[in-house]
Amino acid sequence: MFQRLSLPDMPRGSEVSFRFGEQELQAREGDSVAAALLASDVLACRSTPVSGSPRAPYCMMGVCFECLVEVDGVPNVQACQVPVRDGMRIRPQHGTEGGR
Amino acid sequence: MHDVVILGSGPAGMSAAITAAEYGLAPLVVDEQPAPGGQVYRAIQGTPLRNRTLLGEAYWQGEALVDRLRDTRIDYRPATRVWQLTRQREIGLLRGERAELVQAHQVILATGAMERPFPIPGWTLPGVMTAGSGQILLKSSGVVPQAPLVIAGTGPLLLLLAVQYLRVGVPIAALLDTTPPGRYRQGLPHLPGALRNPRTLAKGLRWLRELRHAGVRHIKQVSSLRAEGDERLERVAWQCHGQDGWKTLEASTLLLHQGVIPHTQITQALGCEHEWDARQLAWRPRLDEWLRTDIEGIAVAGDGGGIVGAQAAELQGRLAGLGAAHALGAIPAGQAAKEAHRQRSRLARETAIRPFLDTLYRPAPQWRLPADDTLVCRCEEVTAGEIRRMAELGCRGPNQTKAFTRCGMGPCQGRLCGLTVSELLADANGQSIEETGYYHLRPPFTPITLGQLAAASQASKALSAGPGASPPSPEPH
Ligand SMILES: Cc1cc2nc3c(=O)[nH]c(=O)nc-3n(C[C@H](O)[C@@H](O)[C@H](O)COP(=O)(O)OP(=O)(O)OC[C@H]3O[C@@H](n4cnc5c(N)ncnc54)[C@H](O)[C@@H]3O)c2cc1C
Ligand code: FES
Repeated sequence: MFQRLSLPDMPRGSEVSFRFGEQELQAREGDSVAAALLASDVLACRSTPVSGSPRAPYCMMGVCFECLVEVDGVPNVQACQVPVRDGMRIRPQHGTEGGR
Repeated sequence: MHDVVILGSGPAGMSAAITAAEYGLAPLVVDEQPAPGGQVYRAIQGTPLRNRTLLGEAYWQGEALVDRLRDTRIDYRPATRVWQLTRQREIGLLRGERAELVQAHQVILATGAMERPFPIPGWTLPGVMTAGSGQILLKSSGVVPQAPLVIAGTGPLLLLLAVQYLRVGVPIAALLDTTPPGRYRQGLPHLPGALRNPRTLAKGLRWLRELRHAGVRHIKQVSSLRAEGDERLERVAWQCHGQDGWKTLEASTLLLHQGVIPHTQITQALGCEHEWDARQLAWRPRLDEWLRTDIEGIAVAGDGGGIVGAQAAELQGRLAGLGAAHALGAIPAGQAAKEAHRQRSRLARETAIRPFLDTLYRPAPQWRLPADDTLVCRCEEVTAGEIRRMAELGCRGPNQTKAFTRCGMGPCQGRLCGLTVSELLADANGQSIEETGYYHLRPPFTPITLGQLAAASQASKALSAGPGASPPSPEPH
């Protein structure tokens, strides 16, 4: 879905590794968790409690709450509001896992 | 006890802090983002797009403010979220796992705008996002959509994003323009006002020229729009005014936008008096000439009090900073009045273009009152049809439909459905939007765990005011 630009005078930030579910993925320092997931071609980060429909980050600014994931064991974290860190363990949040 | 606490470090918050510091105050500025800039200057210190022509000069203008935020009198705290604010100006802050409560004599809310909800069939599919989100990914991470990309909607921000994408070489398969026919004619009477701010007007015309030169497929007068796909976006389908049949285009990303509205979550939860802005089609807190709300010691500066744009947000920040200094006796009354007058004249010139822009880009009814099958509440998956049915059953306001359908009760606390539900109910009941009203909101504004809450309330015992409003629920219900 998304890709990283590579323009001539763009600094290449340092790389960080994180896990999303079972996948080992890479991102750049300074990315939000949501940006890191989108740039890694992760399609959906959660599914809804009502119908189980897949959802992905929508607003990237903290208003829609579509990006809720579990980060290092803490549920209901807004992926667009949290910087990705090396070694982070992120899990998709399915259905009512985050409580309702 | 703080002199003045400023929520938000966009142009309004930064200039409020700079002004307050100039008058000898020691402002505390908090923002949930990891760096200052707000939406317009987002990631200005860290963006990987260092070539200045890419994001444009208007973006880099923000550097002057960010530099001055380093003033040693200003206590600027990034990555800090406001989860509570009471009428007694007790503010709940959350940074990582650390929650705390602080108290202020003066509070300036500079929390900005959000994009207007754009409910169309399929807008919850992965692959459908807002234009603002596209811009945030671009500015903060240099991350861009893969082809084929479709951009749809109306308003200056949509055009700006298209131009920024062109400059970094991102192909745009189509720009589906939902600006309804006749808007230029309707905007004409407001053109003299717009000409008082020729800079902004010229910028818009330049963007349109840039898009035309690049040969972007710009489809005008789009009257219906759907995002289609199974589990993810696969196609965008649309119809144009006066034409039969649907056209479709394959797409992996669809970015939607139809203007921005004040993000009133905090002022609504505070119970500030709000008014409906019939030209901007949005709620805004009622403010006086010093930008003060009807609650003692709480003011609103910038787009959170009505959409004014980045330049005017900066001027409003100055006015609110001045107001706080005045209220705290840091500046003689005569001098405050004189300086405020100067800021208000500059503001009037800067915002003279708003009636023109608001009229030109006013979204047509079908984009605000969606068809029955369209989801309105993304969190609880409630359709426009269900809201209309509730109106038939006698629901007059959004708090009733919330009780019966859970619409607005999900994690976003109605941010993405509130405006639509109010407008749908007003329309279905044939009553004004003021009579219809808005959701009753309560803190916390942001998810906070029981552990964090307990730590904060421990800390609050040190404060005289006690723990504010009703106890917040631990999860983002
Ligand atoms: C996604 C988006 C992109 C935009 N891009 C542009 C653009 O490129 N050019 C342009 O001219 N205009 C843009 N705008 C319009 C924007 O509203 C500007 O006019 C300008 O940024 C408004 O300035 P402000 O200071 O009022 O608010 P903002 O710049 O929005 O700043 C508000 C700040 O408050 C913070 N905040 C909000 N709620 C909380 C909370 N609960 N706790 C802690 N902090 C909080 C936010 O993180 C943000 O940094 C954009 C708007 C949006 C929504
Ligand atoms: S993407 Fe909307 S809140 Fe994170």
